[in-house]
Amino acid sequence: MAGLKEIRSQIGSIQNTKKITKAMEMVAASKMRRARERMDASRPYAEKMRQVVSHMALGHLEYQHSFFKERDTVKRVGYIIISSDRGLCGGLNTNLFKKALESIAEWKEKDVEVDIAVFGNKALAAFKRFGVVAETTGLGDKPGVNDLLGTIKVMLDAYEEGRIDRLFLVENEFVNSMTQTPRVTQLIPVVAAEMDEIKHHWDYLYEPESKEVIDMLMTRYIESLVYQGIVENIACEMSARMIAMKSATDNAGDMIDKLKLVYNKARQAAITQEISEIVAGAAAVE
Amino acid sequence: MAMTMHLDVVSAEESIYSGVVEEILAPGTLGNLGIMPRHSQLITTLKPGELRYKTKDGDVSLFVAGGIMEVQPSIVTVLADTAVRAEDLDEKAAQDAQKRAEDALQGKDPEDIDYEAIKAELEAAKAQIEMIHRIGKTLR
Repeated sequence: MAGLKEIRSQIGSIQNTKKITKAMEMVAASKMRRARERMDASRPYAEKMRQVVSHMALGHLEYQHSFFKERDTVKRVGYIIISSDRGLCGGLNTNLFKKALESIAEWKEKDVEVDIAVFGNKALAAFKRFGVVAETTGLGDKPGVNDLLGTIKVMLDAYEEGRIDRLFLVENEFVNSMTQTPRVTQLIPVVAAEMDEIKHHWDYLYEPESKEVIDMLMTRYIESLVYQGIVENIACEMSARMIAMKSATDNAGDMIDKLKLVYNKARQAAITQEISEIVAGAAAVE
Repeated sequence: MAMTMHLDVVSAEESIYSGVVEEILAPGTLGNLGIMPRHSQLITTLKPGELRYKTKDGDVSLFVAGGIMEVQPSIVTVLADTAVRAEDLDEKAAQDAQKRAEDALQGKDPEDIDYEAIKAELEAAKAQIEMIHRIGKTLR
């Protein structure tokens, strides 16, 4: 029979753990609310951007940006992987990396090299061995678009200079606070909008030159997609952490209940033993 | 009733305006642009300055720190870098920003990578101050 004292101290330590996980759960819940607001607020920009770019894909433009052109041979592809900086958020990052690795493995099979850019400490640690060409970590809860530009530029330049022939984005999609699904989307070449049967024969008026405007627009477009991904990932991270911490708190509660049962049994046994000893002692005297 | 078009003003952080307007005045990089409904397709970059639009309830003024505007005959989309409602503009903050940018430019070599960024910042601050003064005049 384990000593009463040991069981008591074990219960105490689990109770402390439970307090911590409970606090983390509540912090994550309130951060999630703010992260979701930010995610919803940045959505219109990305949406409008997508609309403008699909208008452009449909129009008959004098200058075709290189991001619209499909290259014949693919020798090297780029990946931008968005993860969280911190752990303790359930399987969020692991699931994402699994998805990314699957996709990378497919390219490797075809003898295509892979360049990786990462956002977040977790992805950096996981993909170090593949050779990370650019990284941004420690973005915090409120990233600005400016913080992301460096890493994105590295990949866009790589595409422009022909070092990579395709660019993918690996991110978590926020379905609802219980579900987050990892997904891989192709950033460049821009996948044409699905309604390509209505090709229009108009072109824009440009101010200033078409090349200048479209170059800027396309860069902004990719940036806005990545920014959206980052903001969404923060919402995912917070809700995944909330769920993970909630189940940790529940488990701690179950464990405490079980240990209390053992403790009470042990206490009961000790009392019973003591009584029987006293009774036996009294009987011996008589 | 006057002809109308749909205007969307969004910045990366939030959606500023979405609704029906009769006329738009935008600060294009090559000069100010007046957009009326049924304008032909146009795409332009914006420089820091004032974006005005006329709704049926009157004129509204916004400050944009650059961005892109896409014009379709019945829809206009402004993708602003940052957009601030005119009444939220803060003259003190703008002047501080201008001072900071000017100080940063002192003794900087124009080849520096930051040079362009700081210069853009300076221009944005100047445009903000100018706009505050103009609005201030009309309010008084």
